[in-house]
Amino acid sequence: MYRRSVVRLAAAATLALGLGVQAQAQSDEFIIVQSTTSTQNSGLFDHLLPMFQDKTGIEVRVVAVGTGQAIKNAANGDGDVLFVHAKPAEEKFVSDGDGVVRYDVMYNDFVIVGPADDPAGVSGSSDVTAALTQIAEAGAPFASRGDDSGTHKAELRLWEAAGVDAPASSGEWYRETGSGMGATLNAGTAMGAYIMTDRATWIAFGNKGDYEIAVEGDPRMFNQYGIILVNPEKHPNVKVEAGQTFVDWVISPEGQDAIADYKVDGQQLFFPNAGE
Amino acid sequence: MQSEHGILAAALGLILSGDADLIEIVVLSLRVTLSAVLLSCVIGLPLGAAVGAWRFPGRGLIAVVLNALMGLPPVVVGLAVYLMLSAAGPFGPLRLLYTPSAMIIAQTILVTPIVAALTRQAVEDMDREYSEQFASLGVGPMRRLSALLWDARIGLLTVALAGFGRAVAEVGAVMIVGGNINHVTRVMTTTIALETSKGNLQLALALGVVLLMLALIVNAGVMAVRGVSARAAHA
Repeated sequence: MYRRSVVRLAAAATLALGLGVQAQAQSDEFIIVQSTTSTQNSGLFDHLLPMFQDKTGIEVRVVAVGTGQAIKNAANGDGDVLFVHAKPAEEKFVSDGDGVVRYDVMYNDFVIVGPADDPAGVSGSSDVTAALTQIAEAGAPFASRGDDSGTHKAELRLWEAAGVDAPASSGEWYRETGSGMGATLNAGTAMGAYIMTDRATWIAFGNKGDYEIAVEGDPRMFNQYGIILVNPEKHPNVKVEAGQTFVDWVISPEGQDAIADYKVDGQQLFFPNAGE
Repeated sequence: MQSEHGILAAALGLILSGDADLIEIVVLSLRVTLSAVLLSCVIGLPLGAAVGAWRFPGRGLIAVVLNALMGLPPVVVGLAVYLMLSAAGPFGPLRLLYTPSAMIIAQTILVTPIVAALTRQAVEDMDREYSEQFASLGVGPMRRLSALLWDARIGLLTVALAGFGRAVAEVGAVMIVGGNINHVTRVMTTTIALETSKGNLQLALALGVVLLMLALIVNAGVMAVRGVSARAAHA
């Protein structure tokens, strides 16, 4: 009885571990792309990657985190390609020797969304610094990512342009969620706060409540995406050929058309501009 | 936001639809979690039993440390395992980061202290009962360990279930070391986190109900085994 149970347990153990090993064996060629939540949550990758895989046979595994974390992960060599949206940080990534070359890929824009009752009276504005100043003066709640992501960095640049030291009011009307775009939208809409978000995430977001776009159309809310092959000279594990194939495809006419084709509710979310 | 009925219906609909993606995610969740629990038992049962049954210096300290480690924050474990497995870390050449194996490692670290600490308690209680018998029979230390573990086996099933509960519900560590990569490392909890961040709260909650049902099935299965083995022991 005792011995039989032991044998059975050992058999179960072997089976379970075998399954674990099997997981390692699958998928021969793949690359890891460190990217951001906006490209994943908006569904863009679900649209692009199958096309790329059909054409090249290369599987693309996306790790979607904030731009800050994506850049740090890539700088550790944990990825073959970096696809994010924070141009100054991307240029630093390349100049530090972590990336080969940075290419423009596409842009979308940021918008500020707010509750229907519009406590700061900014609805319909296309002057982002004026709107931010009004929000600060009204002391209306504003939910910030607060996570060093591309969107957070862009938001901080706009506060600076408006001449408002918003982080000084952190915990009062300025609320840093320290989390991703979706989590910040969930929290912000629940507390009646204004939120700056990329348009793509907003259009695809499923929990809008009575929220509407309050501020849009300011050229300063332009959100540029770039793509970079992680530098194999510094990170020898990088799959140069497959990674370069992906970069080349994304900025090729075919990849660019695929980006332009992606629509949610009939709206184009990303505007390709590689090589412009 | 719809009523609870809507969510239950959505959860049932998800299960009944037999959606291939959902099945893949459920299977991966079970594979990662059960592997981690199994490994934790392989390490934690003998470790806990040794601390419970043997007398050696520093034994009390180890017991306290094991108990404290039950409260390890998953995010911290995820971060530590990430740093170990990162290309820039000591185990980078193994290329385990962003694979199910990395998730199994992280969860094993989380679950082993639970298994070891609870086993220590169960074995120590039993050892108190048996110690005179062991002494009079002159039982050696290894034999004593296996006898205690065997006699405590039914209680130890609950220990394994406690470990399973911790692992299957955990999101912080597997998110960091697995990366929540679609079709590769996406499990139930990371899917729920992702759908929540997309604002698909209904779907996220329905997936939560599916996860709960999964835990229910595993627990019921273990209880059934326990019932059978208890009856066999009395037969």
